[in-house]
Amino acid sequence: MFTVFLYLAALGGLCYSYTKDHQKTKKSLLIAKKAFLNIFPEFSAILILIAIVLTLTPPSLIQALVGGQSGATGMLITAIFGSVTLMPGFIAFPLAKSLLDVGAGVQQIVVFISTLMMVGFITAPLEIRYFGKRYTLLRNSLAFLYSFLAAVIVGRLIL
Amino acid sequence: MNSIKRYRLTFLFLFVAFGLGFWNPEFGRSMATMTGKNFRDMLGVLPPIFILLGLLEVWVPREMIIRHLGEKSGTRGIALSILLGAAAAGPLYVAFPVAVVMLKKGARFANIVIFLFSWSTLKIPLLLFEATALGWRFTIARAAVNLPAIILMGFLVDRLIPNEEKEELRQRQLAAEAAQAM
Repeated sequence: MFTVFLYLAALGGLCYSYTKDHQKTKKSLLIAKKAFLNIFPEFSAILILIAIVLTLTPPSLIQALVGGQSGATGMLITAIFGSVTLMPGFIAFPLAKSLLDVGAGVQQIVVFISTLMMVGFITAPLEIRYFGKRYTLLRNSLAFLYSFLAAVIVGRLIL
Repeated sequence: MNSIKRYRLTFLFLFVAFGLGFWNPEFGRSMATMTGKNFRDMLGVLPPIFILLGLLEVWVPREMIIRHLGEKSGTRGIALSILLGAAAAGPLYVAFPVAVVMLKKGARFANIVIFLFSWSTLKIPLLLFEATALGWRFTIARAAVNLPAIILMGFLVDRLIPNEEKEELRQRQLAAEAAQAM
């Protein structure tokens, strides 16, 4: 259903764009192709890796560490994991989905996704170079704390 | 050659998976099913997402939007900052140089922070991808909570950083630009 909608949106967008400007439409398709080919190697590797790791890890271990009953400790684990790792969404979401499938808690996964996107431990030096220490520390710690809040609210909303 | 090199990890993991599969057929079956399903799910939905991403990239004029983000831009400035971030593609560190351009062109500091947060959490291609993997309810709930939060955090960071420091940052970036031009 959702996939059908996506295909329709992409097709509609392309047609509309083509009537407006052939060149730009061509360029957009080139960008799309390049972006896709760019992620595909890592993407395929990570999908296999997820399958290996999840097959070898007993679901009970994942449930104990970051399951729905793991509470604040589980959230802290996923928060740290999300803050220090650097992975693009196309890797993070399938991973999050697989973790949920084997029994990880929704709140723990929301913390993971939020910190992953908003808190950048590895990119902090770069951010400092652009915007200074005070700003970087502020933005990242606010985002870290907020991730827990977001998890609690999102958990309430969808559970 | 270069492109095959990039698949090193893929081959390595495949190799490991096959080894494990021979050692324990039960594992092999589980891994094959999981990998197959993940690939089907993702490859089915990636093409339109990437096409939309390309269209956004081509049709959203960044420079033009940035000019409308100054001190007095108000609600419109906030909305544009969010839009600018949401229509983007690429990881957060690609957003930093764009944010620097905003800083140099005199954008309000809160707008810059809002833009960076929007880039990291409200990117449209990312949301589509999230919805594919985790479902609409999950994605909409997260976005609905994030939207007010990033605006609040933008203003909070803006408040907590002294004006002199912001001006100094701006001057430094302008000086860097001038140095590059010479």
